[in-house]
Amino acid sequence: MTRFLLPLFGFIGLVVLLAVGLKLDPREVPSPFIGKPAPAFSLSHLHDDTKNFSPAKMKGKVWLFNVWASWCVSCRQEHPLLMELAKSKQVPIFGLNYKDDQNNAMLWLKQWGNPYQASAFDPEGGVGIDWGVYGVPETFVIDQEGIVRHKHIGVLKQSDLDETIMPMVKKLQSTGQQS
Amino acid sequence: MKLIYLITFLFSFNAYAGVEVQTFDNQQQEQTYKKLVDELRCLVCQNQNLADSNAELAQDLRKKIVEMIEAGKSEQQIVDYMVARYGDFVLYRPPLNKNTFLLWAGPFLILLMGLIVLAVFVTRQKNRDKPSLSEEQQQRARKLLDEDEGDD
Repeated sequence: MTRFLLPLFGFIGLVVLLAVGLKLDPREVPSPFIGKPAPAFSLSHLHDDTKNFSPAKMKGKVWLFNVWASWCVSCRQEHPLLMELAKSKQVPIFGLNYKDDQNNAMLWLKQWGNPYQASAFDPEGGVGIDWGVYGVPETFVIDQEGIVRHKHIGVLKQSDLDETIMPMVKKLQSTGQQS
Repeated sequence: MKLIYLITFLFSFNAYAGVEVQTFDNQQQEQTYKKLVDELRCLVCQNQNLADSNAELAQDLRKKIVEMIEAGKSEQQIVDYMVARYGDFVLYRPPLNKNTFLLWAGPFLILLMGLIVLAVFVTRQKNRDKPSLSEEQQQRARKLLDEDEGDD
């Protein structure tokens, strides 16, 4: 009996292993920033050269940092979701306009709506490198202490917001009030 | 015809213009650069290193490496810089830690498993070759066989 059972179990094991492997997305590289302070920078606002944005200014708030560009096709896909989220005022969203042309970027926001309280303008992509950005769009969750809590790579889906990001934001916001 | 070939050859050199040319002050820096772009992964096209990839991010990272080398940073410092931003994944030769233990030890574990299976198989085979008859039964068998031959 074991003669047949052994290969069968081996086969089932292999199928499970391969099935799990199929579900994994190799593009989702775990970010080394999770649980670490968000990299500091200071960039001018996309809309206003005289103003500077830096993560340090956001201390005490839970916020989302969304990396976007007008040339990024998939950013269009998640854009309605960000608009909706911004309208609900549950969490402030800031943008990092990554390797973009200033005029194109502003036109893009005008055309499709601007969900960002402000966008930091990073035409050279230097801040992008500091934040380990390699595929736009990317979305970070940052807590009151300025610690990166979560990184989402690629297009945000409703399910990502509902299941991961918003519960995390809510939890972080409530812990902030207690302390 | 020859002229056409000549022209084609002349223009074919334009292909090289796509890759930026890096010049360094000394041989040492160039060696470091070559080693680094060879061993660091481009995260956009994940199966290419920085030297192979023409993705924008790879270009930016190459530029960054050049800047850092020129600023006198050591090879280790540059590797640390990349790992701090992109994680161990950026290294084509991942370090040995608890996440990568299976990766490094896996082949040896599989080899060990193979050896065990082989050993079990060989000992079983040996046992099967051994006659399972007792001395007395063997004598009887021989006798029967001899009788058989005699009949022929």
